[in-house]
Amino acid sequence: MLGSVSRVLLIEDDPAVREGLELALTRHGHRVRAVESGEQGLERLRTDVPDVVVLDLMLPGMDGFEVCRRIRVAGETPIIMLTARGDDMDVVAGLEAGADDYVVKPVQPRVLEARMRAVLRRIGRDQAELERHGDLVIDRAGLVVTRRGEPVSLAPTELRLLLELSGTPGRVHSRQQLLESVWEHGYFGDSRLVDACVQRLRAKIEDDSAAPVYVQTVRGFGYRFGPV
Amino acid sequence: MESRPSLGLRNRLLYAFALLCVVTAAAVAGAMYVEARTAILQRAQDAAVEATRGRLAALFPLRTATPGQADLDEIARVMADGGGFAVAVYRDAHSTLLAAPGPRLRREDTPILDPELIPAGLRGTVARGEMAWQRVVWRGHPLLLIGAPLLIAEPGRTAQVSGIEVYTARSLAPEQLSIDSLAARAWLAGGAALVLSVVLASLATRGVLRPVRELGRAARLLGEGDLRTRIAVRGSDELADVARTFNETAAELERHVEQLREMEADARRFVADVSHELRTPLAALAAVADVLDEEAAELPETAGRAARLVSQETLSLTGLVNDLIEISRFDSGVAALALNEVDVAELVRATLHARGWSESVRTELPAGVTARLDPRRVDVVLANLVGNALRHGEPPVSVRLSAGAEEIVLEVRDHGPGLDEAVLPHVFDRFYKASAARARSEGSGLGLAIARENARLHRGDLTVANAPAGGAVFTLRLPRRMDDPDGHLDSGGPA
Repeated sequence: MLGSVSRVLLIEDDPAVREGLELALTRHGHRVRAVESGEQGLERLRTDVPDVVVLDLMLPGMDGFEVCRRIRVAGETPIIMLTARGDDMDVVAGLEAGADDYVVKPVQPRVLEARMRAVLRRIGRDQAELERHGDLVIDRAGLVVTRRGEPVSLAPTELRLLLELSGTPGRVHSRQQLLESVWEHGYFGDSRLVDACVQRLRAKIEDDSAAPVYVQTVRGFGYRFGPV
Repeated sequence: MESRPSLGLRNRLLYAFALLCVVTAAAVAGAMYVEARTAILQRAQDAAVEATRGRLAALFPLRTATPGQADLDEIARVMADGGGFAVAVYRDAHSTLLAAPGPRLRREDTPILDPELIPAGLRGTVARGEMAWQRVVWRGHPLLLIGAPLLIAEPGRTAQVSGIEVYTARSLAPEQLSIDSLAARAWLAGGAALVLSVVLASLATRGVLRPVRELGRAARLLGEGDLRTRIAVRGSDELADVARTFNETAAELERHVEQLREMEADARRFVADVSHELRTPLAALAAVADVLDEEAAELPETAGRAARLVSQETLSLTGLVNDLIEISRFDSGVAALALNEVDVAELVRATLHARGWSESVRTELPAGVTARLDPRRVDVVLANLVGNALRHGEPPVSVRLSAGAEEIVLEVRDHGPGLDEAVLPHVFDRFYKASAARARSEGSGLGLAIARENARLHRGDLTVANAPAGGAVFTLRLPRRMDDPDGHLDSGGPA
C-alpha cells in the first residue's frame, strides 16, 4: 500500500477499464480524477496539477503520445503509460515522448501502484555542496540542475537517473542496476526504459546528443557519467 | 538416386558408343589387315619362288645323278647366291651348313636348314617331285622355306626325280616390318576413332543429360522448399514433356502450399485478434479483481467464494491471454531481442529469488559466466522450467549452469519419474497436456512452447530428455555472443 495519498489523473477511453482502475485506486486511498480523452486530460491539467498522470496510449482524437508530449512541455508531472502487451513500438514511442514508466494491460492495480510509488518516491536531499561537471552544476540539496547558469527542467526519472549516474562519476552502471535504483523494477525490468530516459536526458543536458559528454554509453555494459 | 549401384546414364551411353566403335574398327581394320598381309606375303613368296626357279635352271645340266659332298655344296652355293641360304640334300647327305650366312639371313637362323629341322610335310611334298614352300617362324623370325626337287629330264621321257632336293630360306623380316607398321596404323586409326567416338558420345550424352540433370536439380530445389523452381522447356521431345509436367506439378504444389500458408496465417491472425480484443474487458476485470479479492472476507459466505473464484479466474485468464499474445508475436515475427551482457549466475538467482524459489532449488552456478542475452526472456524460460519441475516433478529440483566458449547451457532437472516416452516429443506443443487429468489452472498450456520460442529467438535451443537416473532434464542452450557487441537493442543511443 502506498504510504501517502496521491492525486492521480487517469486518462482512459474505455469506460470499464476507467471505472475499474478508478475503483481500485480510490479504494487504496488515492484521489482519482478520471477523464476519457486526451483533450479533457490536458484541460484538467491546466487547473489541477496531479501528482501523477496514468495515460492510456490508445485514445480517440488526440493520441496518447501527443498528450504525453504536451504534458512534458507544460511541466514535469510524472507519467505512467498504459500500453497493450507486445506493442513494442508503442512502448518505445511513448518513452521517447516523455513517459517515465509504463504498465502493460491488463494491469493489476497493485502493479500500477508499485510503479506510481517508484516515480513519486521522494528524492533524498543531500547537504552536499554544489557539484560542478563542466558546464553542468548539480545542486543535490535543492535538486536543481543548471547548465551554463540556466536551470534545466528535468522530469523526476530523468533527475533521478542523472543524480544516480553523477553520484559516482566514471563508474559504469548496468541497465539492470539503473532499473533497480531509478525505477525500482527489479532485475528483469525493461532496459528500454533506461535507454529512452538517457536519450531524453541527453537532449536536455548535452550540447550534441550524438556525441555525449556527460552520459556516455559503454557498449555492452551500460552507462557512465563522464569523465568530463 | 546415386545410391543405385548400376552405371549412370552417361556412362552407359559412353560405353555403348565406345563398344560400337571398337567393334566397327576391329571389323574394318581387321579385314583390311588380313587382306593386306596376305597380299604382301603372297608377293614376297611369289618373288622368292620365282628366284629359286631361276637359280634352279642355272644348275642344269647336273654333272652327276649321284652327287657327292662337293656337288651338294656347289648346288647349295649356287642356290644361295644372291643372299638367301640354301642346303642341298641327297638321301642322307646334305651340303655343308655354312658358318657365315648371307646378308639376308642371320647366323642364328641357319639351323633351320639342317634337314632334320625342315618340316616333314614340306619334305614329303618335295620328295614327290613337287616344288613346295612353307612359312615358318624360327626363333621369332619369319622365314620362307622353299623346297625344290631336282628332276632328271631326258628327251622323250617324263621327268624323273633325281633324289636331290634343294631347300632355300628367305627372311620375311622386311615384309613382317611392313605388316607390323600396317597393324600399328590400324591400331592408331582404331584408337583415334575410339577417342573421336567417346568425344562424340560425350557431346551427344550432354545434350540428353543436360535436361535430365536440370530436372534433377530442380526437383532437389523443390524438395528443399523452393517452390518457385521451374525449368526452361526447350524443344518438343520427350524430355521437354517431362519438363513441362514438372513445371505444372511445381506450380500446383506452390499453389497448394500457398493456400495452406494463408489458412495458417489466417488462423494465427484470428488468435492474435481475439487475444487483443479480449484485452480491454480483461483490463477492466483485472482492475477490480483485487478489490473483489480484498472484499471477499467481508462478504457473506457464498458471495465471498464467488468473489474469490472470479478474482482467481480473472488472473488465470489474464495469464492465458498474455501467453496467447506472446505466442502470436513469435508467429508474426515481431518478437525482438533486447540483448544485454549479463552475469548468468546472477540472472538465475534473480529469477529464483523473485519467485521465492531460492530455498527449494539446488543450484550449481559457476561465477563469472557472462553472456549477451535478453534477461527478461531468459527469465521467462527459466521460470517456466523451474516452475514445472517444482509442480510436476519430485524434489530436489536443480539448476546447473555450464559454459563453453560459444554457448551457455542451463539444465533444469527434477528427480521424479521423468516424462512418459510418448509425451517427450510433444512437451513443446501448444496446449499439449501430458495427462487429461492435469488441472487446467496450472498453466496456460503455452508455457513450454513460449519457452522454446524464446530460446530459438536467441538462436539457441531448448530440449528435453529423461535422465538415466530418473527425472526430466530440460536443457537450455544459448549462444554467448561475446563477439557481437552491436547486437544490443539500444533505442537510438549513440556509442
